[in-house]
Amino acid sequence: MGRLAIAWAAWILAISGAGAQEDAIPTSLTGAPGDAARGRAIVANRQVGLCLLCHNGPFPEERFQGDLAPDLTGVGARYTEGQLRLRIVDPARINPQTIMPAYGRTEGLNRVIGAFAGKPILNAEQIEDVVAYLTSLRAEKTP
Amino acid sequence: MRALALALLLVAPLAQAGEIPAAERRSDTVTMSAELRAMQADDMANPASFWALDGQTLWDAKAGTSGKSCADCHGDAQASMKGVAARYPAFDGATGRVLDLEARINQCRTDRQGAPPLAMESRELLDLTTYVGLQSRGAPISSSDPRLAPAIETGRQLFSARQGQLNLSCAICHDDNWGRKLGGATVPQAHPTGYPIYRLEWQSVGSLQRRLRNCMVGMRAEPYPFGSDAYIALEAFLMFRAKGLPMETPAVRP
Repeated sequence: MGRLAIAWAAWILAISGAGAQEDAIPTSLTGAPGDAARGRAIVANRQVGLCLLCHNGPFPEERFQGDLAPDLTGVGARYTEGQLRLRIVDPARINPQTIMPAYGRTEGLNRVIGAFAGKPILNAEQIEDVVAYLTSLRAEKTP
Repeated sequence: MRALALALLLVAPLAQAGEIPAAERRSDTVTMSAELRAMQADDMANPASFWALDGQTLWDAKAGTSGKSCADCHGDAQASMKGVAARYPAFDGATGRVLDLEARINQCRTDRQGAPPLAMESRELLDLTTYVGLQSRGAPISSSDPRLAPAIETGRQLFSARQGQLNLSCAICHDDNWGRKLGGATVPQAHPTGYPIYRLEWQSVGSLQRRLRNCMVGMRAEPYPFGSDAYIALEAFLMFRAKGLPMETPAVRP
């Protein structure tokens, strides 16, 4: 069984809920830790992670950051790695009214445009990279 | 400093869930830069004036097998079209359908002028809708025909429905989070006071349907076909939602 197949199995397990605890997905979707530097690039990219459209964060080089959602500064101190993973994969599990998209869910969506149909916003490896980056954000805002 | 920020938060009329209270309803013109507001207000600077001028020419031009122009039946648009766009979309008794201004102009072309319909977003249709819309500048949006109720209700449901890969709805941004920042842009209340608009991003005049299409693609949702009942229902709901606000056609937007 190749690495990809294992990752896919873990992924299906995670999104089907079997690997998810009530408030967290404790284990990596790929079986390997993500790369925080790649995760930072995904978070900052407005076509890939899209995060900064709604969130602020510790990105001094990024001029236009949204304020529809909480500041990401210190988010790694507020949530565990597993809590962050679930909140990226399917935040509606925590709050059904949330406006945050589910980055790892493809079911229960309407009118998804052709190019994105059946695809999650981020794949398992990208989600692990973002989890690794967000987990590293432990410092609160300097006053 | 933190206390001041908190105090500002408490008094700032920021986003709130649900429909926008009448007292807070406003055109998004007021949140634009002074430069853009000046461009919109001055017909010599507003790029959409070119579309309006061409629309005036088309109004007087004979078209189709009838050999008639718009003016041959409707006379001077400055009189006959005054306030008309502020009442659209409108219910068409003959067909039992709700028509937006584009659909009405095309109905006139095919049924009265014997001319082929103009394509959505074609220069000619934008010219005519801009010219007709201009005659309502300052008129309050007044969608009051009870026969529009089913379309308005459909539009309301479409406005609130989650859609696309990002699983957002129109209401999440424009009812619940207007005034906040989406990336670098202030989320507008999204009242269709000034359509067709000249949008700097387009470098062109465009219709409300084109604008709705942009938002749907942004949510990674499959846009409706141009001219579809879904768009007309959304237009009817948005005009109902903007009731009382003055028309500003042709508006300028970033």
